[in-house]
Amino acid sequence: MALINLKINGKAHSVDVEEDTPLLWVLRDHLGLVGTKYSCGIAQCGACTVHRNGEAMFSCITPAASLTEDEITTIEGLSEDGDHPVQKAWAEVDVAQCGYCQAGQIMNASAFLNKNSAPSMEEIDEAMNKNICRCGTYHKIREAVAMAANSK
Amino acid sequence: MATLTKTNRRDFLKIAGTTAGGLFIGFNWMSCDSPKMEVLSTEEILGQAKNFNAFLSISPTGDIVIYSPNPELGQNIKTSFPMVVAEELDADWKKVRVLQANLDTDKFERQLTGGSGAMPHSWERLRKAGATAKHLLVAAAAKKWEVSAEELTTSEGVIYHKSSGKKIGYGEVANDAALLTAPEEITLKDKKDFKIIGTPVKNVDNGAIFTGKPLFGLDFYREGMLHAMIQRAPFGMKIKSIDDAAARNVAGVKDVVTFENSVAVVGTSTWPLMKAKKLLKVEYEADGKVESSSDHDQIFKDLLANGKTEVKREDGNVKAAFKNAAQVVTAEYQCPFLSHSPMEPMNFFAHVKENSVELVGPTQTPESARKTAAEVSGIAPENITVEITRLGGGFGRRLRADYVAEAVHVSKMMNAPVKLTWSREDDLTGGAYRPAVRYRFEAALDADGNMTGYKLRGVGMNAGNSTRENNFPAGAVDNVLIENINYESSITTNAWRAPITNFLAYAEQSFLDEVATAAKKDPVEFRLELYEKAKANPVGGELQYNVDRMIAVTKTAAEKSNWGKKSNVKQGISVYFSHRTYVAQVADIEMENGTPTLKKIHVVTDCGMVVNPTGANHQVRGGVVDGMGHAMFGNLTFEGGLPTQTNFDKYRLIRMKEVPEVDTYYLDSGYDPTGLGEPCLPPTGGAIANAIFSATQRRLRSQPFIDQTEFQDINLKIKRA
Repeated sequence: MALINLKINGKAHSVDVEEDTPLLWVLRDHLGLVGTKYSCGIAQCGACTVHRNGEAMFSCITPAASLTEDEITTIEGLSEDGDHPVQKAWAEVDVAQCGYCQAGQIMNASAFLNKNSAPSMEEIDEAMNKNICRCGTYHKIREAVAMAANSK
Repeated sequence: MATLTKTNRRDFLKIAGTTAGGLFIGFNWMSCDSPKMEVLSTEEILGQAKNFNAFLSISPTGDIVIYSPNPELGQNIKTSFPMVVAEELDADWKKVRVLQANLDTDKFERQLTGGSGAMPHSWERLRKAGATAKHLLVAAAAKKWEVSAEELTTSEGVIYHKSSGKKIGYGEVANDAALLTAPEEITLKDKKDFKIIGTPVKNVDNGAIFTGKPLFGLDFYREGMLHAMIQRAPFGMKIKSIDDAAARNVAGVKDVVTFENSVAVVGTSTWPLMKAKKLLKVEYEADGKVESSSDHDQIFKDLLANGKTEVKREDGNVKAAFKNAAQVVTAEYQCPFLSHSPMEPMNFFAHVKENSVELVGPTQTPESARKTAAEVSGIAPENITVEITRLGGGFGRRLRADYVAEAVHVSKMMNAPVKLTWSREDDLTGGAYRPAVRYRFEAALDADGNMTGYKLRGVGMNAGNSTRENNFPAGAVDNVLIENINYESSITTNAWRAPITNFLAYAEQSFLDEVATAAKKDPVEFRLELYEKAKANPVGGELQYNVDRMIAVTKTAAEKSNWGKKSNVKQGISVYFSHRTYVAQVADIEMENGTPTLKKIHVVTDCGMVVNPTGANHQVRGGVVDGMGHAMFGNLTFEGGLPTQTNFDKYRLIRMKEVPEVDTYYLDSGYDPTGLGEPCLPPTGGAIANAIFSATQRRLRSQPFIDQTEFQDINLKIKRA
């Protein structure tokens, strides 16, 4: 076991876990931040996407111990009141079906739009291809990303 | 027309306590643009609210709590059910909070998500729940004002007395109204007066979903609970020996326990258990049929040729029809096993106490979860509570309570509250799959290209009846023989979104396309001829489908897609009736510089009245995406009783770039609403395969398409318009 210091959503946290523990499980089991989802555990589906220094990252395969110098943002910390432009667009378009993948979709979309604020539809498709939605909300995800880009 | 209906006592028991658990709080998150204001918490509202029936409570503040009894897995029932109650109540939707009800078989019937059956089952019950409460509120106002109830009108949670100009909010009369007796008979609204039903209402859980609130079973946490993960045996095998020494040495692992054919690692958090599971050394030995996909291919061929069949339907003289045929068309179609793979893996919380069990988690059938827990724990069902969390997808997988049983076993053995979590690998290897099926179709055509005979023989692996013998084209062909053979495999199967029809529709609609081609007829015209025949002279008694609705969706799909009128677009049509809903789809493949490019799927749906257009669009497009993804990519194969694909790197699910445009149309046939969770999936594979044939003359008879030889050099592109 090792004491790992993390900065998550602007707050300092100290957790005592095995060094190989992925950030995902530190968030979910040790910090109670369950908005970040487990689905595949092998960086294939994007449900666990968080921001590392503003860039999208799969938290399921990244040991928390490797992130002590980084600023981590999870869905809970993306905005104070759920009013990040991407969250607002997601609500406006009414994107969710079951909703399980949507936190990861939102985190990927928001990191993508930080880098590319005026993307083409092809660029949106390319960026969002990393995240699986088993319910098939892809049309609405695409629409919401485009809406968020325009609203920025 | 307004409808007069009798109320059902069972749904209208006055209830004392609150129905929902305290943990999962309903949100009223209308829009980010709403002005922020001080609002009461749902607990505060419930603290002062009066219950009018199992579905709804109204507080003196005018806030309304509506309970949604059925599990929500993305079909949007938690929004559409309350819309129906609120409609008849004439509620102000902005004042409505929605709570997921716990399992309560005294108050609710059919607390189940499956078969696209919730809305048809509950439509009238929900309307009555709202209408009776409105009746009582109006009666209380009439009494207060000493006027006749007939002089009063209601709108958005307010009661008006036009002649005196008086008005009063529902909240102000709620306490008095709750003391009155609900009427036995109640008049429901005329559909043309609906103000909420038929309008796009956003998912009531949007706010919680988009900010990462704990909603799902996997998010559940209880102080002091243990975590568990389970190692299961390959299909057809049993445990021979277990060496758990290395697993026990992992920090955070508390115990390793064995029950039935499973080994559970138990600890204080999830990650150590994932590591420990990999360190378990479990040896297995055969305990039945240890099967591989190559065996299945042979079994299919043998059984289709020589298997003992069960005749499901026989009309006319099939032998004579085929003997006298000018032409016979024969084709075989096959699909693999599929996993449901909801994004949230199976999980459940169980706390077996001395005389009671507490269950919390994602289940499509809370009642069977309770029954299963009773069997495993030996505790009577009345002492078992089930709190239903939001489900991160289901697709039929959570109709099975195997993972509930596991959680109860471990809790009982550990004498502690336990949350069981399946890994993705557990989910893909854990069984209860869509069964693999192979069909043989035969059609007899006369010299004019009329289908005079139709034969279907289905062989399924634990599929039960792999045919739907009374579905079209039965009724439209004089001589029909439908036969079934079920092979008992050691690989477990279960309902998978649109059971059986998820593949049968594709196979049948693709085969009918083959027959139309052989008959030198346009696929749409060919179908319409058959429908007209079924309508004029139904074969074998009353039709099990409404042929007028079939005709209407087919004609509308042809019209909306400009069928056959776009020279550069190759099209395929597929029409299917399932789960009380009629759906026609046309796929458009545009030839771009000689490359076939799938651009659009037109979908015409007759699901009766559309309750929530935004929710309906979700189900239609989601069904199409799901149907397409699994037809194109879905494949679960077996080697020695174990799936070869154990995670999403090998088990391919459809992604953003692989989705064409989907245009949706609804036919208002005047019928009450039917379900939409399943019926838009079955036709999709056929529409795409038929368009591919039209574009390339390649006939895809097996799924997944990407593995078929015929598909390899097509270079199909998918591009949204």
